[in-house]
Amino acid sequence: MSTGLIFGLTGLGVFVVGLCGALVLVDPLRRVLALKLCSVGAGFMLVVAAWKAPPEAPDPVPHALVITGIVVMISATAVALALIRRLHTLEHEHHD
Amino acid sequence: MIDPLLLFDVILGLAIVSLAVTVLVVRDRFAMIVLVIVFGLMSALAWVRLAAPDVALAEAAIGTGLTGALLLATWRQVRTEPERWPALPRGVMVINMGLCALVLAGLVGAFLATPLGTPGLGVAVADNLADSGVEHPVTAVLLNFRAYDTLMEVVVLLVAVIAVWMIDRGVSQAPQPTLGPELGDLPRGFARLVLPAITVIGAYLLWVGTSAPGGAFQGGAVLAAVGILLLLTQRYQPQPSHRPLARGVFVLGVAGFAAVALLVAGGGRVPFEYPADHAKTLILLIEGLVTLSIAATLAALFHGREPEAISTQGGRS
Repeated sequence: MSTGLIFGLTGLGVFVVGLCGALVLVDPLRRVLALKLCSVGAGFMLVVAAWKAPPEAPDPVPHALVITGIVVMISATAVALALIRRLHTLEHEHHD
Repeated sequence: MIDPLLLFDVILGLAIVSLAVTVLVVRDRFAMIVLVIVFGLMSALAWVRLAAPDVALAEAAIGTGLTGALLLATWRQVRTEPERWPALPRGVMVINMGLCALVLAGLVGAFLATPLGTPGLGVAVADNLADSGVEHPVTAVLLNFRAYDTLMEVVVLLVAVIAVWMIDRGVSQAPQPTLGPELGDLPRGFARLVLPAITVIGAYLLWVGTSAPGGAFQGGAVLAAVGILLLLTQRYQPQPSHRPLARGVFVLGVAGFAAVALLVAGGGRVPFEYPADHAKTLILLIEGLVTLSIAATLAALFHGREPEAISTQGGRS
């Protein structure tokens, strides 16, 4: 048992929880969060792939990829949230 | 004798998975957002354990802090809405969950069959680090070896702010979130105390990224927090006349990055191939411009709609 193995399984668990949420939930805000969980799970897998038993230094390339992924994810989240606000406004007008 | 740190890892891993489940099943949406923030911080902690401090910083600052601020700002606007989305039919749910279980089984099988700790590209990065202009391998990968990826990442951020401004034009007027009068002078006093400190920390993270964990994205995120605090305490109120400046700052990162990448070409070099003597200066120049863009863009994403002339009483800040 090693740190890499433990957090690898954690990442897989988080990814599948997010995947399940994205498929099963219908509330848009929850779906966005489910996809966020998927992205963190995928990040876990890359960070684990880069990890080496100390004192060896980890592989920096997957780290850079995950940082890129985090920034892409906040961009996607911001657009999704704007769409949710717009949907809310449209439905509000519809009900009036 | 079990290593206490491994025990810590197991507990942290279990906590992270349970938090992920709780986020999706908790009924209250405010609690859901708070739990996502806790989840993000726990993940950042796990990444520190995996010797990835850069990733942990980015996740804590961008993936958790700023994402949390965006989620809360949206929650505030749509909270009047009851969750009246019809649930999926039970059969569909069961099938979906069954398929997810299959995916999990397949992934676990693949993961356990994959050897951990293989050399990967770490050796190649270490061999060429001396030529990159910076001493920190992650920054070398981001700004030199895979700079094209990073340029595209800044483009994605730019596209996001353009999309949000366009979509939010149709959103009904909601007062911008502010730290209300019920808190008295506290928020402004707090802002006066911490704003200079956060600004210095953001600039320091940018600078230190050349030799230690840190860099443009982490620094930019911390500076975006300065912007959000300025907006919340109304020390800065976006005006329609500020739009051209804001647009300029949004584009600054992409334009500066692309200009440097193209201008270094020629004389036997390809684009993105910085001359070895000036590599550090050029990387810091790019990082500085990108940091400004990231900070302005993330703060604008929090603010949502673009500043426009509106005469309604107190309709916006």
